[in-house]
Amino acid sequence: MELEKFIENLTEVFEDAKPETIKPDAKFKDLEGYSSLVALSLIAMVDEAYHVKIKGDDIRNAVTVEDLFNNVKSKQ
Amino acid sequence: MAFLHIPNVRLAGLSACVPKNVIENTDYQGFAGDEAIKFIESTGVERRRISDEKTCTSDLCFHSAEQLLKDLDWSKDDIDCLVLVTQTPDYYLPATSFLLQKRLGLKEELFALDLSLGCSGWVYGAQVIASLLSHGQLKRGLLLVGDTPLKECSIEDKSTYPLFGDAGTASAFTFDTESEGISFHSGCDGSGYDAIIIEDGGYRNQVNSNSFTLREIETGIKRNSLQVALNGMDVFSFGISKAPESVKLLTEYYKIDIEQIDYFLFHQANLFLNEKIRKKLKIASEKVPYSLKNFGNTSSATIPLTMVTEIRNDLQQESKIIIACGFGVGLSWGTMHFKTDRLICSQLIEI
Repeated sequence: MELEKFIENLTEVFEDAKPETIKPDAKFKDLEGYSSLVALSLIAMVDEAYHVKIKGDDIRNAVTVEDLFNNVKSKQ
Repeated sequence: MAFLHIPNVRLAGLSACVPKNVIENTDYQGFAGDEAIKFIESTGVERRRISDEKTCTSDLCFHSAEQLLKDLDWSKDDIDCLVLVTQTPDYYLPATSFLLQKRLGLKEELFALDLSLGCSGWVYGAQVIASLLSHGQLKRGLLLVGDTPLKECSIEDKSTYPLFGDAGTASAFTFDTESEGISFHSGCDGSGYDAIIIEDGGYRNQVNSNSFTLREIETGIKRNSLQVALNGMDVFSFGISKAPESVKLLTEYYKIDIEQIDYFLFHQANLFLNEKIRKKLKIASEKVPYSLKNFGNTSSATIPLTMVTEIRNDLQQESKIIIACGFGVGLSWGTMHFKTDRLICSQLIEI
């Protein structure tokens, strides 16, 4: 599982955010267009692309894009 | 694995009852800015039916049952068992099924039982009543399923109030040696018990003065501890994995050809979640009807309500092969495979 590919997948989830703003140290909840629906899309993307189940607490506890990536990676 | 095939039973008829009162989500005061439009777009819920203070789930189920027995031309004395599935009963005790026995004028020689289940409830209820009837000694049964979830929601909670609707349904099952029977798969995960929960009011956390305190959970979400709390992300994460998995397990175990299925009836959670499930299973959209638009998420009633409101004519005129899948509060999930042939399906009742 590559961080680069994960970020590429995130650009599809964060439709309203400029791709260059989706960086490893970006606080994903501060990205443009973040909403409860985006959070659900994120859960769906992780399920589809990585077959990993993340829950509400995983989203709540992660701050940066890289935190999220590490969380998903640790569950694989 | 929790697979069960129950022979000698078939679904004989269906009916559903909703309150007359319609509430439009575009009128909901809890949304700010364009939230209403976004909410409707993602959940698919435009309006719901809401019961007045005097109307309980048992009232909605009562009217469903009365109409269905008429349309089936079944005598009340022929009913040998009654199963009520609800999480909004009339009283803590006694169980509401007994009140319905009396009110419906059913005989005293009756097996009656309440089951506390929500979104997976119709599938579980069908499993219980089919098990009772399969032996051939109890011949005919009524499965009454529904909820008034809006009575549990805080009007200031935009994560629940605009999503749910009230409904009660009746399904008639009969012993029938000609029937191929009904196949089930069931599962549960109690670690998710708090994904959908009313925290106070039971015996773990008895009602106390703090139970009534309105607390702001986040912007647009205020509720007290006697109102339902929905962890949308956990339910979503659960729904997109367990619902398709259960359908796959059932079809693989019983070697059911998915192509032969006429309708897939999923619990109507919300459109965004339901469409993820449909796409994951690669099912054509015309095989997956939704009643979400006009009725919202009606808890355990969603599957029979969808049959009555969306595919009634088809069910009445033809034979159909159906897979129904319920999933939600518990967490609990179940899938069933059954056939219908010119099903008696009453017109939607409004009270």
